[in-house]
Amino acid sequence: MSWFVRKEKGISTPTEMKREAPDGLWYQCPSCKKIMQTREHKLNAYTCEHCNYHEKIGSDAYFEVLFDQNIYIELDENLTSGNPLNFVDTKPYPDRVRATMLKTGLKDAVRTGFGKMNEVEIVIACMDFNFIGGSMGSVVGEKIARAIDHSIKHKVPFLMISRSGGARMMEAGFSLMQMAKTSAKLAMLSEAKIPYISLLTDPTTGGVTASYAMLGDFNISEPGALIGFAGPRVIRETIGKDLPKGFQSAEFVLEHGFLDFIVDRKDLKDKLTSLLNMLR
Amino acid sequence: MRTYLDFEKPIAELETKLADMQKLAEQSNVDVSSATAALQGGIEKLRKEIFENLTRWQRVQLSRHPDRPYTLDYIQLMCDEFIELHGDRQVRDDPAMIGGFANIGGQSVLLIGQQKGRNTKQRQHRNFGMPNPEGYRKALRLMKLAEKFNRPIVTLIDTPGAFPGLEAEERGQGEAIARNLKEMFMLKVPVLCIIIGEGASGGALGIAIGDRVLMLENTWYSVISPESCSSILWRSWDYKEQAAEALKLTARDMKENKLIDGIIPEPLGGAHLDHGVMALGLKKVIMETIAELSKLTPEQRISERIDKFCAMGVVIE
Repeated sequence: MSWFVRKEKGISTPTEMKREAPDGLWYQCPSCKKIMQTREHKLNAYTCEHCNYHEKIGSDAYFEVLFDQNIYIELDENLTSGNPLNFVDTKPYPDRVRATMLKTGLKDAVRTGFGKMNEVEIVIACMDFNFIGGSMGSVVGEKIARAIDHSIKHKVPFLMISRSGGARMMEAGFSLMQMAKTSAKLAMLSEAKIPYISLLTDPTTGGVTASYAMLGDFNISEPGALIGFAGPRVIRETIGKDLPKGFQSAEFVLEHGFLDFIVDRKDLKDKLTSLLNMLR
Repeated sequence: MRTYLDFEKPIAELETKLADMQKLAEQSNVDVSSATAALQGGIEKLRKEIFENLTRWQRVQLSRHPDRPYTLDYIQLMCDEFIELHGDRQVRDDPAMIGGFANIGGQSVLLIGQQKGRNTKQRQHRNFGMPNPEGYRKALRLMKLAEKFNRPIVTLIDTPGAFPGLEAEERGQGEAIARNLKEMFMLKVPVLCIIIGEGASGGALGIAIGDRVLMLENTWYSVISPESCSSILWRSWDYKEQAAEALKLTARDMKENKLIDGIIPEPLGGAHLDHGVMALGLKKVIMETIAELSKLTPEQRISERIDKFCAMGVVIE
């Protein structure tokens, strides 16, 4: 017989009752694995203070980084995708769209806004990669087209933030023609002599690279972003060899002459403002 | 020796039978004219039946038929004169994209097109009709020349895609195509684009921004090939037929969706069966369309070109 007898029942707090530190107080960098406070990470424009890793962020975060006091008017926010081809692969296209809407709280893969950046008026279109791989369908094309119209009408600069795997296959021919549509609008923006800055973020490939993303008066990127026409896997399969290290990175693309500069996200807002002020 | 596609097998059998019969008749001096005439009639009827009900995948197969006329074949058959011009003035000449000034029935035009090869050596030389960035830059250089000298532009599209290679990326494949899209909208001269075989994605679109975009009857034009679509969405190469159906990539589909302006008919059985007739039909359409487009002012053409492409897309407000 033991000396001590447990008279009361052991601790049996159910999991949901357990008290812990609130979620999301700490952020672990997926690249260097170091820990920092979420608040610090956010103040650092979602980049790692240790290794400068740029977290992949969506339109919400970019708008917050760029628009003064996060104040902007969202344009065409209720545009959603139709199903012109009745496309069915492993599941019907509208089901896929609906499921993605529920999961992400987004309407499609781009959001467009009009506001001020360091007091300078600007139209920003920003893609969301977590909406079907940031793929470009009719909604993406149409919203970008209308955002450019807004730029022309109000004579304010246009900033496009791309992050996309390319075209949206489920809209086939319609998707392809969005490349044409957005390029047409950019040609008009160019004629109107309004600055167009294209920011290519990680990753930007396919039909997006082969249309609006590469058509900036200024093509810029963030450190380490993957930028290409064909994806790395396709190229590897085509040439039957491993790709050199750093191939298709923003640094590689800059070296080959297709980017004007690479900018750390925490400096983005001020650098863009300086640039635009020099053009006014 | 003719190449038959899998769905043409019944025709192949009858045609072999016909050839045997004719050979036998020659050897034995027997009159079989009534029998051969009946057989020929049967073949025509069968061909009509098969070709009236082609599936989308079968049209894709026809668009890639090894005997199908390519850009240079059309140039030879349609043009009284053709002076080929080479190079992008920056890196090199791209044999997958050809261009030059041509005389078509008294009208001088700038002609541009992707070029595929007929045999293994040619195919390698032409890179299977997959242009590098230099190809798109050469095309743009020539289009600017056409604009300078006020000559209409005709582009013939036949490509399985822009080349996805290492050097293509280094030299900015995406930028080259994007630039063409933007610049072609502002060309002051008439631009006529015709899909003569495969119209794969950005590689096709890179020379396909026109006042009129037409497709030959047995061609395809879409954002991705059925095979690649199958591999991505079904994670297997085996669903190409379903992918072709889902993509709605034929001339008829594209016309119904108002993504192209018209369809040019092919001889029964496909363009490869009669290069001469096909080229004649194509030449007629080119001349008529250019005459029609020439009536408009450059400003009208540009604004209609922009409006047409900007109207494409289906969204719910």
